Amino acid sequence: MTPSIRPSVVARLNPVAKLAVALIVSCALLLSIDWVSAGVALLLEAVLLAWCGLSARHFWLRTAPVWIAAPMASITTILYGEDSGALLWQFGFISVTEGSAQLGLAIGLRVLAIGLPGIVLLATTDPTDLADGLAQVLRLPARFVLGGLAGLRLVGMFIDDWHSLGLARRARGVGDGGGLRGAARRFFGPAFSLLVISVRRGSKLATAMEARGFGSDEPRTWARPSRVRAADAALVAIGFAIAGIAIGVAVWAETWSFILA
Amino acid sequence: MPAPSSHASARGPQIRPVQIEARGWGWRHAGRHNQAVSRLDLRIEPGERVLLLGASGAGKSTLVHALAGVLGDAEDGDETGSLLIDGRRAAAARGRVGLVLQDPDSQVVLARVGDDVAFGCENLAVPRAEIWPRVRRALAEVGLNLPLDHPTSSLSGGQKQRLALAGVLAMQPGLLLLDEPTANLDPVGVIEVRDAVVRSLDHSGATLVVIEHRVEVWQDVVDRVIVLDPTGGALADGPTREILAIQGERLAQAGVWVPALPPRFPVRHPISNPQSLLRAEGLAVGRVPFGRRAASVVADGITLSVDAGRATVVTGPNGAGKSTLVLTLAGLLKPAGGTLRASDSLAAGIPAEPHRWRSRQLLTRIGAVFQDPEHQFLAATVRGDLTIGPHALGLSPAEQTSRVDELMHRLRLDYLADANPFTLSGGEKRRMSVATVLATRPRLLVLDEPTFGQDSRTWQELVGLLAELLDEGTAIVAVTHDAQFVSALADEEYRLGTPITLGVAKP
Repeated sequence: MTPSIRPSVVARLNPVAKLAVALIVSCALLLSIDWVSAGVALLLEAVLLAWCGLSARHFWLRTAPVWIAAPMASITTILYGEDSGALLWQFGFISVTEGSAQLGLAIGLRVLAIGLPGIVLLATTDPTDLADGLAQVLRLPARFVLGGLAGLRLVGMFIDDWHSLGLARRARGVGDGGGLRGAARRFFGPAFSLLVISVRRGSKLATAMEARGFGSDEPRTWARPSRVRAADAALVAIGFAIAGIAIGVAVWAETWSFILA
Repeated sequence: MPAPSSHASARGPQIRPVQIEARGWGWRHAGRHNQAVSRLDLRIEPGERVLLLGASGAGKSTLVHALAGVLGDAEDGDETGSLLIDGRRAAAARGRVGLVLQDPDSQVVLARVGDDVAFGCENLAVPRAEIWPRVRRALAEVGLNLPLDHPTSSLSGGQKQRLALAGVLAMQPGLLLLDEPTANLDPVGVIEVRDAVVRSLDHSGATLVVIEHRVEVWQDVVDRVIVLDPTGGALADGPTREILAIQGERLAQAGVWVPALPPRFPVRHPISNPQSLLRAEGLAVGRVPFGRRAASVVADGITLSVDAGRATVVTGPNGAGKSTLVLTLAGLLKPAGGTLRASDSLAAGIPAEPHRWRSRQLLTRIGAVFQDPEHQFLAATVRGDLTIGPHALGLSPAEQTSRVDELMHRLRLDYLADANPFTLSGGEKRRMSVATVLATRPRLLVLDEPTFGQDSRTWQELVGLLAELLDEGTAIVAVTHDAQFVSALADEEYRLGTPITLGVAKP
């Protein structure tokens, strides 16, 4: 289940710094709904994404959900959002006004500006490195972080199990037919089996981990140091800069509308 | 009794081997009526190598889990007497004991080989500078010559078990516990793991306790055999050869594979002029990977005929595509190339390509027994599950009941009629998964590793049943690594070669 991560400038950075950047930009953009701040942030991010080391194919594949979600959110808001300003187009209940069009654009850009850096930073992060960072830099409890990390490894097995369960149902004569009810049974039946099998696997893994000394309250050491270097500090600074410039330009262009105001 | 640590050599890290002592020890799992282990008295000296035997349910795993300190506390069960490691309570001997379990897949903790081996050392708070040399030494000791960042998901079963062993060795335990470490491995994997264990013990001189059905794997490695009695205490305890000579008969009856007493092969009565049921010509098989549309071919150029009353076994190394081939023959996967056609007699009025049949049409034609029985279970009780096939065929309720009753009797499942299939033992699960398929009387039976990890008793029953089915005219195709299974049943052997990567097939 572990994605193959290509070596790049971004891949070498501390995952905690990446997480921080994604959070800083997201928080800044959630403070207002206007198209200027989101557009500026997206533009600045686009420059940085060039260093992320993802191939074009991987970039589009990973970020596809965001590219689908953004226009959808945008169109829905344009058609059904709160109306204000000049009326541009009307059809029955649907009305498009200057206000709703602007809002739609702002929402669409926001989804992209928040979603893209998050996905790209995660796509260039090894889960093991992230766990190391969370436990050593942020000092989250090791039991929680490593438990989650080990659980992640089971996800790949779930996919194989799910596939086998489907084949086994076909072999047992309940793999097709039955209309909508049959289809529902074909989903929930194996879903329950998968749950049972997964819990079983999970408890076996927990025993194996316990047998290797995991889960006691004694202190543990870390074989892989997770360090915050100058480059990581620079990345966080860049995050603040993107947030600051986006807000600054929006305030200057007088489009900034603080949501809590 | 052999001299303590007589095997230890001067190489490698010298470890103080562990001494074990049980005094009237017993354990009852919470919520269970019967004791898992009771009234156990024994003493294992430092550096001894012990094989732990006993019928299924005799409490072997419970004892080993207790020694490893993973049995839990008062909430998880009731302990009686005392179980001591170097004179201290077993649960408190953290870091002195290493445990390797049966299932290769559920022991891998981390995504990279080096990290996984380091995991135990980290938990024992070994200083970082010392961890990596230990990791490299442990990997070398088990013969896993891979880069530290090699992904653990790409390892074979035998490699995963050696990885688990390395993870334990890096902790430098004075006691190595192995709970059927080779039961789920192919013959090559079994030898790999056994040799790695012997090599590491020769270096460290640690005490060894191993549970294993297949005595021949370990009999030349261990000094002593302890046989647990299901009714409490130890049935026999002493030098390997002596104990096997006295207790062999009894152990064999309890399902232990005793080398001197191999299971009997059934007598076959082949049917005259067998008809062909299924023909593969230039068949290519593969699976569609997650998120892809075209199949990746794992084996191709397969030409074979499946005949009524004859058994074809498919053999070959791991990753050669054996499972994929039989799932394709069973009509569950679409061929990636070539042709696979059922004879008119098998198809009986429906199209000749099995993968185009409807699920219900497969029932009376081809039955598939999966490698993991749990994947096949559909209902909450054994009886309910066995009824699903006959019900889907639209048989009368009376006919459904009589078929299910007969099968449960034949496969010794009657006393489990109301049990949940997921709660059965390994051997019961295997018999159950075969029964679910036989309930619809398919003319071709396809089995994936049917004897994997089975005790000798289940093995003998299964092989006997399959021989009867063959004599009645059922065709059988089975994937197997089991040489005895091949000698007992195979009329034909189809050997798949070394794994190939042909890339993605044309859609």
